[in-house]
Amino acid sequence: MSLALIAALPFLGACLPGLAIRFGRSACAAATGAVTLLALVLLGLQAPEVLAGKVVQTRIDWLPALGLNANFMLDGLGLLFAGLILGIGLLIILYARFYLSDRDPMGQFYGYLLLFQGAMLGIVLSDNILLLLVSWELTSLSSFLLIGYWNDRPEGRQGARMALAVTGGGGLALIGGMLILGQIAGSYDLSVILTEREAIQASPLYLPALILILLGAFTKSAQFPFHFWLPHAMAAPTPVSAYLHSATMVKAGIFLMARLWPVLSGTWDWFVIVSLTGLFTMVLAAKIALFKDDLKAVLAYSTVSHLGLITMLLGFGTPEAAAVAIFHIVNHATFKAALFMTAGIVDHAAHTRDLRHLGGLRRLMPITFTLTLLATLSMAGIPPLNGFLSKEMMLEEAAHIAWPTPWAMALAATLGALLSVAYSLRFLAHGFLGPERSDYPQKPHDPGPGLWAAPAVLVALVVLIGLFPNQTAGAMVNLAASATTGREIGLHFAHWHGFAAPALWMSLAAIGGGLVLLGTWPRLRAMWDATPRPEAKRMFDGIIEPLAADARKLTTVLHNGSFSRSLALGLAAILAAGSYAFLSAPHQPGSRPMLPLDIETLAMGCVLMLAALATPLLHRNRVIALILTGAVGLMIAPLFVRFSAPDLALTQVAVEVVTVLLMLLSLAFLPAESPRESSVPRRLRDATLAGIGGLATGALAFAMLTRAPAFEPISSYHLAQSKPGAGGTNAVNTIIVDFRGYDTFGEIIVLSIAALVIFALSETLLSSPAAARRLATLPRREESGDRHPMMPVVATRLLLPMAMMVGTYIYLRGHNLPGGGFVAGLVFAIAYLLQYFASGYDWSHARSRFDHHALIGAGVSVALLAGVGAWAFGLPFLTSGYTYLHLPPLGEIELATAAIFDLGVFLCVLGAVLLALASLSRLALKTGERPNTTAFDLEEPR
Amino acid sequence: MEALLASAIGLLTAVGLYLMLRRRTFPVILGLTFLSYAVNLFLFASGRLALDAAPIIGASDSYTDPLPQALVLTAIVISFGMTAVITILAIGGFLTVGHDRIDLDGDDEAPK
Repeated sequence: MSLALIAALPFLGACLPGLAIRFGRSACAAATGAVTLLALVLLGLQAPEVLAGKVVQTRIDWLPALGLNANFMLDGLGLLFAGLILGIGLLIILYARFYLSDRDPMGQFYGYLLLFQGAMLGIVLSDNILLLLVSWELTSLSSFLLIGYWNDRPEGRQGARMALAVTGGGGLALIGGMLILGQIAGSYDLSVILTEREAIQASPLYLPALILILLGAFTKSAQFPFHFWLPHAMAAPTPVSAYLHSATMVKAGIFLMARLWPVLSGTWDWFVIVSLTGLFTMVLAAKIALFKDDLKAVLAYSTVSHLGLITMLLGFGTPEAAAVAIFHIVNHATFKAALFMTAGIVDHAAHTRDLRHLGGLRRLMPITFTLTLLATLSMAGIPPLNGFLSKEMMLEEAAHIAWPTPWAMALAATLGALLSVAYSLRFLAHGFLGPERSDYPQKPHDPGPGLWAAPAVLVALVVLIGLFPNQTAGAMVNLAASATTGREIGLHFAHWHGFAAPALWMSLAAIGGGLVLLGTWPRLRAMWDATPRPEAKRMFDGIIEPLAADARKLTTVLHNGSFSRSLALGLAAILAAGSYAFLSAPHQPGSRPMLPLDIETLAMGCVLMLAALATPLLHRNRVIALILTGAVGLMIAPLFVRFSAPDLALTQVAVEVVTVLLMLLSLAFLPAESPRESSVPRRLRDATLAGIGGLATGALAFAMLTRAPAFEPISSYHLAQSKPGAGGTNAVNTIIVDFRGYDTFGEIIVLSIAALVIFALSETLLSSPAAARRLATLPRREESGDRHPMMPVVATRLLLPMAMMVGTYIYLRGHNLPGGGFVAGLVFAIAYLLQYFASGYDWSHARSRFDHHALIGAGVSVALLAGVGAWAFGLPFLTSGYTYLHLPPLGEIELATAAIFDLGVFLCVLGAVLLALASLSRLALKTGERPNTTAFDLEEPR
Repeated sequence: MEALLASAIGLLTAVGLYLMLRRRTFPVILGLTFLSYAVNLFLFASGRLALDAAPIIGASDSYTDPLPQALVLTAIVISFGMTAVITILAIGGFLTVGHDRIDLDGDDEAPK
């Protein structure tokens, strides 16, 4: 349970920031932080077990038939990643609190951030690859929201869209690859898949699966040729960049490669594709980073480059190289998150991130400078910082690769390192060193500790891991590396490996070369500017724009804003598909014997059909159309009676009355007539479509009625158990309140929500000036002289107690005879509605003691309590019980908990109907009608 | 009997579809109402027709299928809720924009 809870916490907590923002920005940040911290604590509680070498598992069946289960597992790799996600997440939350301006909706930001965090945790904790895929897509979606957070900026929207298109597209490929993988392994559980290395690598589907999975990983982790989305995602607020691009989103692809390393790596295909892609990405992105002027752009390309480095290490396929990759994941997360945050600080302080306009910040912002200095030197791989340790180990691993020649890989890796030194030093030199500039838009100075505390923590880690690697990160890295590779890894970290180590000389060459590049930078820059180069965004747009244009054209053809047109098109499509299915197979008439037609039923059917036929002919007069509709509805009730459905007949009559009353009221706010505006061909088209649709439905109904069910109906169980199981003889009612009580519970909630929506919409209308103006100027219909004549008032008063008695009777007998909460609620509602009609809204409403909202709330609560009550007896939700009570004058009385549930249904229906009609009535008051204060018009004041 | 009910279902569907293809809100709402009549009857018919066989235990010798009846009962109440919601939507649309056409202004077929 606990692992599922860790993954679920951020999702559950995602609604908190939106609520907490009402109590201020700090409260909002604190609430978000508390959620993350709680998840981190829960993770920490699991840590000892993982550190002891065990794999913690949580298994929850979800859709076992599909192999989709909410199975979670936590091993060293998962612990490391979950720790990074939550730990850096906490720092980001702190940083964002002070980074976001007053204009930015902070609750929204933190909500998105938590959604993203939950999705990331889902990826790293999943044991089921289908669950992993779901989380994977969720990270694409939530990162879209985060990257496009400043949605008023075009580059924010474009960057978000590009990231979604690229990572979402990769996600599709990944789904295919993972499904193949699961098919080969015979299970969708990672813990099973990871043991099937031989079967997977021997399968002919290994290569397709590998390519598809790598497409997913490479798009997510911005590997060439999909690297271009990451720099454009820099349009996001800096906290987002720091989070997504240091420890989380882009590391998801890396995580996936590490997670599947035991089964996918070690083949020639893996080695060539992964290590060469990584190597090329590392060198290419480092070169681009050298020539970028935007601080965040330099960091973005540097991120791509470092991701390439990690990918290359995983591609080598040796356990040692994989262990180094894990170590570099930690180091990169620390220094890169710190650097993004300091870049954000510089942006805030100097109002620019352009290296050409920066310089000399060393004296102006000493704290920021110190933090940036340490993090940048780590990024460059300068001893003794943590970036140096993993970079040197990377060079050492590259030196051991003897393909394609004994030295080529080592040379290329050294080139990557050299460029990395060069862009890091330029970042530092052009931003912070040099003479102090006086042309800043605003004189920069260090921010308060709120902004620099988070990067300071990370820089402290950079230094600590750098100085004491074995005492700090060593154990965790070895554990995660062992979990990744599936064998015991005992890396020992050292700063000095002796003169014989090739990495020493490669490192020195990189630093020396980097310094040379920095020295000759202006000339290199001129060369760079002079060479044409492909622009990824233009190429991306070149592909996307024609597609979007075509999609738009198609949409305009199908949907040009005319609702009836798209409806007609949709209808035609459905009818075409149905006709195709019907005409392409032979048909025999059904053999079920038919009931003989009798004269009463025929009469009912004729009245119904005549009224129905008249409706479209006379529909332009809306009152007549409504009356005809009501007649049709009322004629359905006797049909129900005829065909043995007394419950339905009762409900149909009651609902029909309420519906017609509601529509009558609504006609007061709508034009009385529909103008004749459709051309004859168009009406013919509609009639043809409707005719074919009606014919098809009728034929379908006839075919169904003349055939026996294909499967034995399950209701023989309900009939058999109605009395002994549910304690009632009315099988329809026992199904509603007992057998399918859960459905009914959902349905009364839907009904309640519908009523609340009506209320909310009418509130909106009441407060809208435009609507109020139209209400006040609505043409008044001709009215009779008496608004509230005495006769109906007296009659409805007399009816009220009788209707209530009937309603109560219907409710009480519902369990055994036709009736029940639904009908009883409607009968009560009609009785009350008649009061409103007779005496007017104000007079009646002033005398009603129950708030409609409260009725609905009471109804849902009563039904819920009836359901929860079963728990007290150790039974599942909504299990009902019944007993018999002997009271001497009344005889035997049955007490069933289902009756309590039915009471909830009754209250809900009553409240919902009254609320819907009261909402409409409140609108009427705005039409300039005088509020009535007397029950009826005895002495109308003139 | 079966033919009668099937024709009623077909006719109600046709009327519902025709009215839903109209251009003003009120006929569309009526069309939806007709369509829900048809759907409810169709669902009910899936229990097949039986005379004098109400599913009240002990009231007759044979019982018709109670399950479609239970489904349709709640469906009737829910369709009332939905009708009420679209009615207030139609009123809101009329009061806000001043006409009750259902099409967007960009529709080139709509009469101006």
